[in-house]
Amino acid sequence: MTPNPYLWLIQLPPLAGAAINGFFGRRSSKQAITAIALIFSGAAFGLALFLAAIFSSASAPYYFDLAHWIRSGSFQVDFSFYLDQLSLVMLLVVTGVGFLIHIYSVGYMWEDDGYYRFMSYMNLFMFFMLTLVMAKNYLVMFIGWEGVGLASYLLIGFWFIKDSAASAGKKAFIVNRIGDFGFLIALFLMIKHFGSLDFTHVFAAVRTLPTETAGVGLLSAIGLLLMVGAAGKSAQIPLYVWLPDAMEGPTPVSALIHAATMVTAGVYMVARSSAIFERAPMAMMVVAIIGTLTALFAATIGIAQTDIKKVLAYSTVSQLGYMFMACGVGAFSAGIFHLMTHAFFKGLLFLAAGSVIHGIGGEQDMRKMGGLRVYMPVTFLTMSIATFTIAGFPPLAAYFSKDEILWKAYSSPNGSWVFWLVGVITAFITSFYMFRLWFLTFFGDYRGATAHDAHDPSRAGAPSTVAQGGSAPHGHGHGHGEPHESPWVMLGPLVILAILSFFGGWVGYHDHFQHFLAPVFQSGAAAELAHESGEAAGKGTEMLLMLISVTAAVLGFLLAWTLYLRRPQLPEHIATSLGELYQAVAHKYYIDELYAVLFVKPLIDGSTTILWHGVDQGVIDAAVNDSADAARHVSDNARHMQSGNLRSYAGWVAAGGAAVIAYMVWMGVTR
Amino acid sequence: MVPLSYYLVLSGILFVCGVLGFLIKRNIIAIFMSIELMLNGVNLSFVAFAAQWHALSGQVFVFFVMVVAAAEAAVGLAIIIAVYRTRETLNVDQVNLLKL
Amino acid sequence: MLHLILFLFFGAICVAGAVNLLAQSHPINSALSLIVVMASLAGEYLLLGAEFVAAIQVIVYAGAIMVLFLITIMLLNAGKEERTKDSRVAILIGVPGVMIGAVLVAWTLVGRSSTTNSVPIGALWGAPKDIARLLFRDFLLPFEVTSVLILIAIMGAVVLASKPEAIARPHHNPPPREERELVAVGKDH
Repeated sequence: MTPNPYLWLIQLPPLAGAAINGFFGRRSSKQAITAIALIFSGAAFGLALFLAAIFSSASAPYYFDLAHWIRSGSFQVDFSFYLDQLSLVMLLVVTGVGFLIHIYSVGYMWEDDGYYRFMSYMNLFMFFMLTLVMAKNYLVMFIGWEGVGLASYLLIGFWFIKDSAASAGKKAFIVNRIGDFGFLIALFLMIKHFGSLDFTHVFAAVRTLPTETAGVGLLSAIGLLLMVGAAGKSAQIPLYVWLPDAMEGPTPVSALIHAATMVTAGVYMVARSSAIFERAPMAMMVVAIIGTLTALFAATIGIAQTDIKKVLAYSTVSQLGYMFMACGVGAFSAGIFHLMTHAFFKGLLFLAAGSVIHGIGGEQDMRKMGGLRVYMPVTFLTMSIATFTIAGFPPLAAYFSKDEILWKAYSSPNGSWVFWLVGVITAFITSFYMFRLWFLTFFGDYRGATAHDAHDPSRAGAPSTVAQGGSAPHGHGHGHGEPHESPWVMLGPLVILAILSFFGGWVGYHDHFQHFLAPVFQSGAAAELAHESGEAAGKGTEMLLMLISVTAAVLGFLLAWTLYLRRPQLPEHIATSLGELYQAVAHKYYIDELYAVLFVKPLIDGSTTILWHGVDQGVIDAAVNDSADAARHVSDNARHMQSGNLRSYAGWVAAGGAAVIAYMVWMGVTR
Repeated sequence: MVPLSYYLVLSGILFVCGVLGFLIKRNIIAIFMSIELMLNGVNLSFVAFAAQWHALSGQVFVFFVMVVAAAEAAVGLAIIIAVYRTRETLNVDQVNLLKL
Repeated sequence: MLHLILFLFFGAICVAGAVNLLAQSHPINSALSLIVVMASLAGEYLLLGAEFVAAIQVIVYAGAIMVLFLITIMLLNAGKEERTKDSRVAILIGVPGVMIGAVLVAWTLVGRSSTTNSVPIGALWGAPKDIARLLFRDFLLPFEVTSVLILIAIMGAVVLASKPEAIARPHHNPPPREERELVAVGKDH
């Protein structure tokens, strides 16, 4: 390990930018705010590129101890930073995609009154995310973990005047905290058994322990608890409910936080803890199962949503499920690969959706879109690239990463064909709903409220499903009359991300990416070697599976084309004929309602009855009030002694004198 | 010979009568006179003990008690006169403005 | 024997006078009873051999202080005292308290009464010369202080008992009537 003093410099610019914009932004001009925000986040990106340039696998990993923090007996935790191949990948993704989204936000949020606040929060988020990624121990990672949760809360509830936005921010934070509880318990277990939270120490200690193949042991417990934390942060079952609600925030927020970076923190954390998971097969199985189930579950919900951002939100949950599936079968580098490509194409999808929303004056319901490819050619082109990518068409980026995951799910010693099958089905559904979105938005006739007279609005209502989805009004309100393309400050990042989506997967060619990350997952090297030796024999199988997944993607495309372009009346027929089943899917399987009944309502009722009325009013307030009342009563009664009547005073004196005499006699007698 | 305790019992009786008078009587001047009665009882006790131990300082103390009683009577009666001027009554139950 | 008889005689008069003081409703009667008590106390002092104290008791207490009381009673024209609302505390708490205290003290005294007093009747050993010697030598300071005390008491009594205006504006006397008329006439010009 070599020390590298530049490590902590990366986080400083975003923090400075957040502070400057936060404190002075209200009275600054928009140009000044923009300059501060972009310069500082750009500086972070530049520093990241510099680190990548001087990075060499021979002297990796790098570290840097900034300051002492906790020194308590034999337990010690410092502000230390760490850079190895995994951190480098995350670092480049976070700063690169983050910087592009900052540029995009300049155009998107320009008219908003809280522009300075937005830029400040975005920079703050970058700071915390960088802390998370570059941490050398779990506690500094936890700082970043909580910090991105905070930034997410601030940004989701950015338009806090709106009740739904404020509630969504609260929901995100609270559900995240439930996951953090698991994370914290895992940290406590680590402190107790390993005496340290530093990555190198913990993993060295873990590697001396045997693999827990028989039942549940310490490592399985730690692994499962870490997974709870990751499920909260990365929106897996059962803690995914906050992500769709988080679409209340502005679209750049959805792109940055809920597509590219924050939700991937859970995957990063699981990948970082690969040493622990590899020795706890039961925990890995649980991770894989959760990931697979979530992928399928979220995909099925996505096909019935009508809000364009909600579709993308459930798509994010589903793709994160893929990443966890990869980690669960031991293919950590595949998971990280998909994380990287996902950042590109999902970020692009969200930004393009934002461009669409911006262009039609704030409308988010897909049933009111259509035919927009004529009005917004650049947006259409970039979003098409992203859609084909996520569906898994070669040679686009996600084809490589998704295929890698599916192959490893099938062939890895921890995997099984069940995972693979569910993965393929999910790929089919993914392709279907993404192309549904594509067709509804860009093809057909424009069904919007501000349609030109030439475009007949009477043809509205036909090609959409009767599902309900929340259409959160985009607080943007332009009323431009006709849909229009977005300014170049917004289109530029779209183009760059499209290029990355196109070519970004080629780093996975010939397993370059996997070899790059191999030193990080060194225990998995043994499994990889065994796998590679059998790979020659499995090459044919791999080709076959690849063909199957591409076929699934094409089938999804065809189905969407049929339902939404060729025969637009069909979806409605299908929806009504499926009846109850369709309603359940459209209502997100009533999970939110279930949670409300199971957890939220009892909690609120308990708090109101027991804690508020019972403890706060009945005990604490009563104690204070009653003691005051008692004092008043005592003094009320005592005051009658001061009657002003001379004779009663004399009476008291006589009685007191008698008492003293009695005491003296008693003392004299008993002596 | 008269035992000492007889004199002390007499002194005690006088003192108790003085206290009872203080508690029972309603006329301010009568209360004052009860105070004088108390003082006299105490004087008797002093002189009895002086005789017991042949210490003349007991009688000197009686002298001082008398002086103080005289001064107190003078000032106290002046106060009573002042109170009578403002309150027009000599009933101690009606001089009760010093109360909560 | 004679000693005892004389003691009981004077003692009975004392107690009778004290009880009468409590029983009478008019303060004049109470004052006269008090004079009787003081006179009999003087007799008791003589039995104890304190001739100077006995003399002073009669002269100062009965002669000066009680006279002051009588003058005040007659000045204020205090009549029979009225029946007002009793102070319940005084009656319910004070009287039993006093009785208890008295019983305790008496019980202690009588219980320990092992000493007998032997003052022979007629042995008047409290001579003025001896008392004066004590007063002006050992107790000189208290003596001087009490004289200051009496001075202050005099001033206090004068201030408290006099009419209010006479103290507030001692020198302000209205001018004679003729002067006031001359001044008024002079103003008319």
